[in-house]
Amino acid sequence: MEQSDCIVFEGSNMAECHPVAFRWPMKAKVEHGAKLIHVDPRFTRTSAMCDLYAPIRAGSDIAFLGGLINYVINNERWNSDSFFREYLLNYTNAATIIREDFQGTEDLDGVFSGLMKYEGGAPEWPYDGFIGTYQTDSWQYARHGEEFGQPRGGEENAAPGRRGAQRQIGPDEPLDAVIRSLRKPVPLRDETLRNPRCVFQLLKKHFSRYTPEMVANVTGCPAGTFTKVAETILENSGRDRTTSFAYAVAWTQHTNGPQVIGCCALLQLLLGNMGRPGGGIMALRGHASIQGSTDVPTLYHSIHGYMPALSALKDHETLRHYLATEGVATSYWANMPKFLVSYLKSMYGDAATPENQFGWDWHPKISGDHSHMPMFVAMADGRVKGMLCIGQNPATSLNAGLERKGMRQLDWLVVKDNFLIETATFWNRAPEVESGEVKPEDIKTEVFFFPSAQVAEIDGSFTNTQRMLQWHFKAADPPGQCRSDPWFTHQLALRLKRLYADSTLPRDQGFKNLVWDYDPDDPARESIPGEPDLKKVLREINGYYTGDKARHLAGFDELKDDGSTTCASWIYCGVYPAPDRNLAARREPDPPGVPGAELNWGWAWPANRRVLYNRASADLQGRPWSERKKWVWWDGKQWTGYDTPDFSLTKAPSAKGDPKGVGLDAFSGTQPFIMIPDGTGWLFNSSGLLDGPFPTHYEPAESPVRNALYKQQSSPVLKYWKHDGNPLASVGDPRFPYVITTYRLTEHYLSGVMSRWNPWLAELMPELFIELSPELAAEKGIRNTDWVRISSPRAHIRAKALVTRRMRPFRIGGKIVHQVGMPWHWGWEGVVTGDVTNTLTAMVGDPNVSIHEGKAFVCNVEKA
Amino acid sequence: MAEPMGFYTDTTVCIGCKACEVACKEWNQLPATDGGRHEMSGDSYDNTQRLDGIHWRHVKFVEQFSEDRNDGRWLMMSDVCKHCVQAPCLEVCPTGAIIRTEFDTVVIQSDACNGCRMCIAACPFGVIDINPASDTAQKCTLCYDRLQVGMEPACSQACPTDSIRFGTIRELKQQAESRLRQLHQLGESRARLYGADEKFLGGLNSFYLLVDEPEVYGLPRTPRVPTRNLLPSSLFSVAGAVVLAFLGVVGLRKHRMDERAIEREDADV
Repeated sequence: MEQSDCIVFEGSNMAECHPVAFRWPMKAKVEHGAKLIHVDPRFTRTSAMCDLYAPIRAGSDIAFLGGLINYVINNERWNSDSFFREYLLNYTNAATIIREDFQGTEDLDGVFSGLMKYEGGAPEWPYDGFIGTYQTDSWQYARHGEEFGQPRGGEENAAPGRRGAQRQIGPDEPLDAVIRSLRKPVPLRDETLRNPRCVFQLLKKHFSRYTPEMVANVTGCPAGTFTKVAETILENSGRDRTTSFAYAVAWTQHTNGPQVIGCCALLQLLLGNMGRPGGGIMALRGHASIQGSTDVPTLYHSIHGYMPALSALKDHETLRHYLATEGVATSYWANMPKFLVSYLKSMYGDAATPENQFGWDWHPKISGDHSHMPMFVAMADGRVKGMLCIGQNPATSLNAGLERKGMRQLDWLVVKDNFLIETATFWNRAPEVESGEVKPEDIKTEVFFFPSAQVAEIDGSFTNTQRMLQWHFKAADPPGQCRSDPWFTHQLALRLKRLYADSTLPRDQGFKNLVWDYDPDDPARESIPGEPDLKKVLREINGYYTGDKARHLAGFDELKDDGSTTCASWIYCGVYPAPDRNLAARREPDPPGVPGAELNWGWAWPANRRVLYNRASADLQGRPWSERKKWVWWDGKQWTGYDTPDFSLTKAPSAKGDPKGVGLDAFSGTQPFIMIPDGTGWLFNSSGLLDGPFPTHYEPAESPVRNALYKQQSSPVLKYWKHDGNPLASVGDPRFPYVITTYRLTEHYLSGVMSRWNPWLAELMPELFIELSPELAAEKGIRNTDWVRISSPRAHIRAKALVTRRMRPFRIGGKIVHQVGMPWHWGWEGVVTGDVTNTLTAMVGDPNVSIHEGKAFVCNVEKA
Repeated sequence: MAEPMGFYTDTTVCIGCKACEVACKEWNQLPATDGGRHEMSGDSYDNTQRLDGIHWRHVKFVEQFSEDRNDGRWLMMSDVCKHCVQAPCLEVCPTGAIIRTEFDTVVIQSDACNGCRMCIAACPFGVIDINPASDTAQKCTLCYDRLQVGMEPACSQACPTDSIRFGTIRELKQQAESRLRQLHQLGESRARLYGADEKFLGGLNSFYLLVDEPEVYGLPRTPRVPTRNLLPSSLFSVAGAVVLAFLGVVGLRKHRMDERAIEREDADV
C-alpha cells in the first residue's frame, strides 16, 4: 500500500481496526501524496484521514462499485489509453464468448439463468440453509468443438446437485491421466470485443443501469461525490499509476459478501490494477493469524491449501473421482494430485499406500454446511452433544440468544480462554438467567474451563494478511496451569489416540492410522511439560521426502503424486527448507531507498511471492509498464525483478500455449493468472461462485427499502436458517424502520476478552453505545448519553446514546432513511460490562461461505 | 548537557488510536480511572477527557461538521506536557522537586514533591495534577528513565503512524517545517506550527502541527505564566515547606538516581 497512488477503503475502517498497518497508507499519503478515499456509512477515524469521504447506506456497496464500473467503461480516457485496452484484452477474459443460453439480470429482472429450487443436501443434516440454487451450465464458456462447456467442480463445495466424474475411471488409472482427461477445447474469443456474447459486452449490458443517479438513489451518496471518487480512481490508474482497495469484514458480512469483493476485483481488472505494485485488493483480516487459520485450515469446507473438503454429497467416492470432480487440467492446479497425495501421506504416513489410495477411505467427509450458524441451529434442535470452544465467545455471537439456547442443549462444553468469559458463565449469568426466564438447575450442560496461555507466552507463527508467516518466540512462561492451544490440541490427540488404540471398528481405522508425533525429542528440556515441538509441526506443514524427515522440501515444485513426498500444506511448502532454516524467522529488511519486496523478512506463501500474479506488472513483451511501476520483467532469458516472479521462470513472453497441454504448458507467455483455468483474470465467473457470474446489487435480507434496481429484492440464493428464535423483518416493516450496522473500536478487541478485562483499555471505552445522528435523536427525543432501547425482530438491548454529526440520514428513493451503528465488544463479564449487541443480529448468510449479515439489518430505537 | 530532545506531534496523521495513552500507562504503571469502570463522557471518542496525574498522554477528538455535512473534519491530537523551555511549573516549585534534565526536558521528582499544587496552578496548559496513588503532582517525564538508557519514549515508539515523533529539537523542527510547506502546497492554508519557535515560554520542547486555531484543540493562543494564581497557591507552599525537609531527606536515601539529579539542580542554581 505504501506504493499506491490512491487507496480506497471500502468495507473497512482501517485506521480504527488495523491501526498498526495503517502506517503504510499514511506513509503513501505523506511521502508521495497518495490520495486516500473512504466509502462508508459512518464518518470514522479512517474517514478523518482521507482526502475524500463518500457516505453510503450500509448494504449498498455493489451499487456503488457497479456505478464505478459503469463510469470507467464509459470514460473517454479509459477507452482511448492503449494500456487499458492491452491489459483488458490479454490479461482478462473480456474477449471470451459465453454460451448462447446464458441470460443475465437484464433479461430476467435481477436473476441469472439456471435458478432453481434447492433440493440437495443430506436428509440427516437439514441445515444447509439454501433458499434457492443455481444450475450453472449456461454460465460456461462457449468452446471450439463442443456445443456447450461444462462447469468444473472447483469451489462449488457442498452445493446441491453438483455433477461428479463424467466417465468411468479405472482404479489403476494414473493420477495425471485423470487430470489430463479433464482437458477442454479452447474457448471461443472475439478480439474485437464486439460480439454480444463476449464477456465485455455482457458486462457492459449488466452494469448499464448503474448510473451516477442510480448510485445516488440506492446508496444515498451524492452524485457529485460519487463522480469525484470515480475520477480520482481513474486519474490514479494506468501505465504509470496504481490504485489499491482495502476491505475487511464490512464487505464480507453480507448475504452476498464474496460478490462485493468480486465486484471490486472486476473493477481493478478493468483498471489494470491487479498483479502490480501499489495495486490489488487488500483483504484486511481480523486476527493476527486468521489468514493462517484459513490456510492450514480450520475451515470445515476445505482441507489444506484451499483444496475442497471431501464431501459425501459429491462424487468423491475414490481419490480419482475426487480429482475428476474437483480437478482442472489447465493452470497450476493441474498439480492437485501431488498436493493431495502428499497431504494424505502427512495424514496417514506409512499406512498410506498406492494400494489403499493413500488412505482415502479413512478421511472424514462433510455431509453439508457445518459452519458456525448451522451448527448452532442444530445445537438448538438438540442435535449436537458437545463443543470445544477455543478462542471463541459464542455467548455473545450472532443472534446470541439463539446461540445460548443451543449451548443449553449440550451435554458438555469445553471453554479454553484467558478469563471466565461469557461462554463459560452462560448458565448462571446470562440475561435470560438474570431475568428468571431460564433456571441454572434446568440446564444439563456440564462446563469445563481451561485457562489459556496468552500469545506472548507461546512460540509459533502468525500468517498475516499479506500471506506472510512470521515466527515468534515466547517472552515468558504462562502462569500456573495456563496452557497454550498447541498443548491442548496435542494432549487431546494423544489421549484420543490411546482411547482408540484397541478399536477394531472400520470407522476408527482412520484415527488409528493418523500420524501424531510431535513430542519434543528431549521433553526434559521443555519448561512446560507436555508442549509439542512446534518446529516438528512446521516441518509437517512444509513437507519432507518420505522416510527421511531431515530432508525438507524446498518448494512445491518438488512434490510428487507417488507417495515419495509428505507435505501437509502445499502452499506453505518452502517455508522451512532445511532443519536449520526457518525462513519465517527471518528479520532482514531491505536497505532504504530500494523499491524492494522485503523478500528476506519472514516468508510469504506461495514461494515467498509478495505480489500475486505479478507477471501482469509487465506488458505483453515482458517490459515493465513504466519505470515507476517496475516490479517483475523478462530480461531476455528469464523472468526477474524485485519480487519472486509468479510465472514459469523461463517461459518467454512470446511463447505460445499448447492447446493440448496440461498445467502451465497450456498457457502462453502472456497469461499471468496461473491459478485460473484459462490464465486470465475473470470479469465473468463461470464457476467458483454460487450466486452469479456478475456481481448484482441486492438489498440485505432485512431492509427498509425495495430494491430500486430489480424486481428481485435480495439474493435469490442466500442462506436463511428458519427457527423460532430467528425471525426476519419484512421489507419496510414499520416496527423496525432504521438501518443498523455493527463494528469494532480501536480500544476493544472482538467480544472484549482481550480488552474489557484490562483497566487501561476499559477506561478508554467503558460503556456500550449507539451512534446516531442529531436528526434522528431529535425525532426520537434522545439526548447525548441518554439510555436508549434498541430492538430488532430477535431481541432488544440497552445502550447509551452518542449523538454525532458523523452519522447522517440518507435520502434513498426519495425518502429519508436513518441509520445507526453499534460496536459489539460488550458482555456481562469483565471489568466493564454491557449488553450484547449481537443478540440483535439474524442468522442469514451468504451461499458461498455462510457468513452472516451483521453489517446491515434493521432495528428500532427509542429513549429508554 | 545533551542536545535538547522532545516531541513533534503532527496532528494531521493522528488516527486517535490512543496507543500512546496505553503505552504511557503501561511503562509508567499509572492506574486507570476507577479501575477502568467509569462512565462514557459522550464527548466524541474521548473518555479520559484531560491530562492529569494518572493521564500523562491524552488524545483529543474534535468533531467539526456543518449541519448539512458538506464540510466535515474529525480532528485528533495526542496531547502531553509541553516541556517548556521557560517552564512556569519549574519556576514556582517551592521544593525544587521539578528539574530540568540534561535533555532539556522538565521532570517532577515524586519523592521531593510535597503536593503543594503550585505547579498545577502555574501550568498554562493544565497538564499537571495530583496522582492519587502517590498524592504528589505528576505529569509526563518524557520517559526520562528510558532516555537515560538510550531508548525513545514509550508513546512515540507505540505511535503507528509517526504522528508523535521523538528526536532532537533541531531535527524535529526541520521535519515540521518541511511538512508544513507540503501542507501549504496542498492548499491546507490553516496548517500552522504551535510552540516550535520562541514566541512564548521560550519555545515548547513538545510542539505541534495543527490545522486550526489553537483554541480548537484546547490550547491557549498565547500561553503565559498565570501570576495571578500564584498568591493563593503560595499559601500551600508555606505549609508544604515544613514537610519538605523531611521528605527531601527520605527521598535522597531512597533513590541514588534522584540524588544525582538534585546535585545537578544545585549546580544549576
